[in-house]
Amino acid sequence: MDAPQTGEFAHIGKSVVIKGELSGSEDLYVDGNVEGKIELRNYSLTVGPNGNIKADVIAKAVVIQGKLDGTVNASERVELRKSAVVTGDVTTQRIAIEEGAFLKGKVDIQKEAGKATGSAT
Amino acid sequence: MKFFRSSSNTAGPAVPQKLSRRSSGMGEISRLLNSQEALCVLDMGATSASNIRFFTGKGHKNYSEDLLRSSLDPALRTQDSAGNTVVDSKKFLDENLVYPNAHFDVVLCWNLPDYMEESLVKPTIDRLWSVMKPGGFLLAFFHTRDAGPDSTCYRYHVTDTDMLEMQEVKFAPPGRPASEKQSPRLQRVFNNRHIENLFRDFSSIKFFLARDAIREVLVVR
Repeated sequence: MDAPQTGEFAHIGKSVVIKGELSGSEDLYVDGNVEGKIELRNYSLTVGPNGNIKADVIAKAVVIQGKLDGTVNASERVELRKSAVVTGDVTTQRIAIEEGAFLKGKVDIQKEAGKATGSAT
Repeated sequence: MKFFRSSSNTAGPAVPQKLSRRSSGMGEISRLLNSQEALCVLDMGATSASNIRFFTGKGHKNYSEDLLRSSLDPALRTQDSAGNTVVDSKKFLDENLVYPNAHFDVVLCWNLPDYMEESLVKPTIDRLWSVMKPGGFLLAFFHTRDAGPDSTCYRYHVTDTDMLEMQEVKFAPPGRPASEKQSPRLQRVFNNRHIENLFRDFSSIKFFLARDAIREVLVVR
């Protein structure tokens, strides 16, 4: 699947290796290697098919096509595409998992107070 | 004479068929799920969106851990002094089922003991005893002696309080492409005494017989 087409986003290509803390005020597409922590409180993170993340993630929405090893805390939603390999705990309002995705860890659906009931899809 | 054009040239990849079965054991577990809040459920089958939806929709926490897939990791296999391949159960438990003691209210073993490597079965059950809360439920499925070695290995999706959808499981051998996926082979058929021995450290055991060649076993920690 290609990188997001709409809106502005930062792009980390598949040859890039980053160790440390990543934070930002825009959507982020990661197709490389990131080790550490990723924090995009009001924005989205997409892990591309070549992405290899060893980090705890905080974001509004997280879409995973590659590998992620760490905790995921998404205030709105998480999507695991069929090529996703996720090891770690996921906390979110909604989660969508495609057939073929692999998850080893906890899923905790946290419903935000005053909003419609969240669920797994 | 052909009346219909063959669609074989436009067919996509084969979609694994799903079968349905009613589960008395799952019905008992659903009663527990409906009566309490915020339970911790461990699903030891393949990642299932349906199961995650079912358990989290009731307000519980769902843990997924595909132990059958993990047990097939070639890194677990070593050779003993006689050159025989052995599976390292210590390494297996160092990397899997790592949870605090008395953590889970419900454990769904599905058909794992029937298909898992012999040397891993008892250590896995012992570990489950440790990570389950007293009074917790464990559901496991065992083939009856009518099952042959080529019995299809299924994964189970919970679709309703006592209904399961069964989907064939296939894994590619290590290092081989996805096109060479094979169904895991049934390793053994437990008789009732074997099953009782396997769960001897648990407080109670209940058997449910079904019309298919499956025994459902519900044990209480």
